[in-house]
Amino acid sequence: MSEQNTQRRDFIKLASMTLGGVGAASLAIPFISSMQPGKDALALASTEIDLSPIPEGQSLTVIWRGKPVFIRHRLNEEIQSAKETKLEDLKDAQEDSSRVLQDKWLVVLGVCTHLGCVPLGQKSTDAKGDYGGWFCPCHGSHYDTSGRIRKGPAPTNLDVPPYTFLSENKIKIG
Amino acid sequence: MSSKDPHGYKKTLSSPYTGVKGWIDSRLPLIRMMEAEYLKFPVPKSLNYFWSFGGIAMFCLIGLILSGIFLGMHYKPSAAEAFNSVERIMRDVKFGWLVRYLHMNLASFFFIAVYIHIFRALYFGSYKAPRELVFIFGMLMFFLMMGTAFLGYTLPWGQMSYWGATVITNLFSAIPIVGDAILTTLLGDFNVSDATVNRFYVLHWLLAFAIVGLVVFHVITLHMTGSNNPTGMEPQNWDETLSFHPYMTIKDTKAMVLFFMLVAFVLFFYPNIMGHSDNYIRANSMVTPAHIVPEWYFLPFYAILRAIPDKLGGVLAMFGSIALVGLLPWLDTSKVRSCLYRPIWRICILLFALDFFVLMYMGAKPAEGIYVIISRVGTAYWFLFFLVLAPLVGYLETPRQPLTISNFLRDKKALN
Repeated sequence: MSEQNTQRRDFIKLASMTLGGVGAASLAIPFISSMQPGKDALALASTEIDLSPIPEGQSLTVIWRGKPVFIRHRLNEEIQSAKETKLEDLKDAQEDSSRVLQDKWLVVLGVCTHLGCVPLGQKSTDAKGDYGGWFCPCHGSHYDTSGRIRKGPAPTNLDVPPYTFLSENKIKIG
Repeated sequence: MSSKDPHGYKKTLSSPYTGVKGWIDSRLPLIRMMEAEYLKFPVPKSLNYFWSFGGIAMFCLIGLILSGIFLGMHYKPSAAEAFNSVERIMRDVKFGWLVRYLHMNLASFFFIAVYIHIFRALYFGSYKAPRELVFIFGMLMFFLMMGTAFLGYTLPWGQMSYWGATVITNLFSAIPIVGDAILTTLLGDFNVSDATVNRFYVLHWLLAFAIVGLVVFHVITLHMTGSNNPTGMEPQNWDETLSFHPYMTIKDTKAMVLFFMLVAFVLFFYPNIMGHSDNYIRANSMVTPAHIVPEWYFLPFYAILRAIPDKLGGVLAMFGSIALVGLLPWLDTSKVRSCLYRPIWRICILLFALDFFVLMYMGAKPAEGIYVIISRVGTAYWFLFFLVLAPLVGYLETPRQPLTISNFLRDKKALN
């Protein structure tokens, strides 16, 4: 074979192998996609909740998208301590006012941002942690009365789900 | 076909056997291979009972696959049915309790055998050249074993199953930017759910057979170099070796009988001793058990995860602690293999074994107060052992001259 032929053969080899490789790799797209949540799971179900039966100082846990949502009817002192906390004391700095729509109602996902456990603090008999909010028993994260991380391994505050007030005492999550 | 093979490929159709055996062997050379590798295979004369644990681990694996096949005939991988189908296996299926307890307890004993097997490799320097690949395949298998055990523990859909799966899969959310996407892709939903248990069942099977595949590589690489032995010295002549059969087959059989007697004792008298009672409560996505603990064999790594007060850092430390073991062949700089002749490294390794148990205990305790401090000390030693002691001790230590296998056995005989 001449020099030129060898080069042409090398090129054809390389080109066909590349094309074959890309083709085979593209098979991963449908396979990996099939592992992601299906349309049924994605159908963002919304939940309407009547807040009137929750007395001041108590909490309700509701299910939204398979996850617990904590709704807390906050006491005045809880609201105050949440508002007075200095931003520099916070690991994930967020004003209390940016986490609530109405001061007396705190709505957060009851999923610890560390490794996904459900924190304690919903029942009056639960341990509420050092900051009077929630305490995750799995790895010891403490959340304050605004659901913000104060101590422990969790990196961020408890998530606030999208919700709106339908009336004075009714909210819609999702 | 007597002239020189122009393709550079040699093969021989002639079998050392005749008759039916010869007919098969000349077409499928498995018989001569098995005879060479499992009957005639020469091993050092000086092997002790530590060398039986590889075979024991393999029989645990066979037992797990066998019991798994029969469990799979009754188990239903869905959030709605999983828990009840396991209860049905325990109550209604003939001998179902035995098959399930066998599967549960063999998993634990598989880890016991493998931990002893790994300790053997560390203590007698089996990881050193030319056996690095044997060791790497071994550590890969260990990693897959942990994955398989985790996936399997999710399947009964009890409280510990559910929350263990939640915590472990959430480790992936520590990865920056793509973490949450990986997590939902893994779970097939936004939390551990019906989609999750379904795929975990499939993956539990897949990884189990991937381990079988790696066993083949582990054994092929081992049989290229031959077994290490307590002296860490290669056999100098044929007199220092024995054929695998009958010497090792009979010795390993004795070790296996004793080991599986212990398995049977636990299986029949304390079948739940290595489990957690909370796993007999059906999974509830709204309530996390007050105290989540993984299975005992994960506890040292769980302690490392919790010792680091940062989410990503903890995850990296946990996976790093396992990966470092696999790098030991290159981290350890000593020319001498066996700890029998390495006075300082021997202490380091024994402390490492102690550290393993201390971390195991800490992993079972709540993450607070003194337990966190001890976990951090233990984690620090783990990394110190691989990153500092392994390279340094190799330089600083003056090892003793290792004995040859014959002299080792002669001295041992004189002692008795």
